[in-house]
Amino acid sequence: MSPDHALLTNDERALFEYSMLKRHRLEEQFENLEQQTHAASTGMWVFLGTEVMFFGTLFTGLAIYRFLYGTAFEHASVELNWIIGGINTIVLLVSSGTIVLALHFARADRSRVAAWLLIVTALLGLLFLGLKGYEYYDDYDQQLIPGWTFDEHDWIDRGLTAEQVPHVQLFLVFYWVMTAFHALHVTIGIAAVAIVAALAWRGHFSSTYYAPVDVLALYWHFVDVVWIFLLPMLYLEGTHALAAG
Amino acid sequence: MAEPMHSVKTYLTVLVALIVLTIATVAVSFVPLEGHWHLAAGVGIAVLKASLVAVFFMHLFAGPRVVVLTAIVACFWLGILGVLSFSDYLTRGEWPSVPGH
Repeated sequence: MSPDHALLTNDERALFEYSMLKRHRLEEQFENLEQQTHAASTGMWVFLGTEVMFFGTLFTGLAIYRFLYGTAFEHASVELNWIIGGINTIVLLVSSGTIVLALHFARADRSRVAAWLLIVTALLGLLFLGLKGYEYYDDYDQQLIPGWTFDEHDWIDRGLTAEQVPHVQLFLVFYWVMTAFHALHVTIGIAAVAIVAALAWRGHFSSTYYAPVDVLALYWHFVDVVWIFLLPMLYLEGTHALAAG
Repeated sequence: MAEPMHSVKTYLTVLVALIVLTIATVAVSFVPLEGHWHLAAGVGIAVLKASLVAVFFMHLFAGPRVVVLTAIVACFWLGILGVLSFSDYLTRGEWPSVPGH
């Protein structure tokens, strides 16, 4: 069927218009846009299911060693910068709020508002990475990098036995691997949000065609959820009041 | 115009609730409790927060039913991983010696 088919209604003809991606908005294998949108969001949910497995193995490993080496893990946990960890949680939650509002306004045919909200989302993502980068530098300063800057005697002075020091290193390996993989996800998310923001600015999305904003928002929320679990499981295992005393 | 899934007011209310719960999570870590209670409280609040995000921000129940199924399957598989791993590690070396051996 060609876009100028005489039997098409105006609405249907609009669907055939080439978008800026030079692709039909309604792919030929779908009956209608609703079906296409559902297929897109289902696909993203399945991908997120595999992501649950990916991060789930790391969380399970962390939980098992937390139960085996509780004392060392609690000592190591209170040394992490919980203030930046906590602020970053709020930064990500607000960015989840702005991206869900972007979807809301894209669906209401208010593309420019959606574009602004996506820009704010990307900037909050960059703020998260900036704070995380500063925190990594702080960790370097505090000698919390096993194999690079790590002083075993420091930890023995803090009341741990020589057998428990490798457990501290194990905790820190979990910390670095999990936060680095999370930061990688945020980085990919920022790039995707920037692209979708540019498309929204040019009026690419409407109340009938908004699936890219939808699936991107799902991904962004998932990355947020991973951090929601990282906060208590990495930063808040011990008691800060006791550590200070 | 597509039917809005939730109102702007709902989104903002959920966001405020999430921020309050984050502050609560951090506050709990200052209460002098045994270590595992910190973890239990922190993860418990995190589950609540993740549920709010899934239901209100990710529109878990607004889309096709297969999405709910996908989410359940993901959690179920994660549950298998957790239950089998912990039933191994938590029970190691705890069996009493068998009489006669």
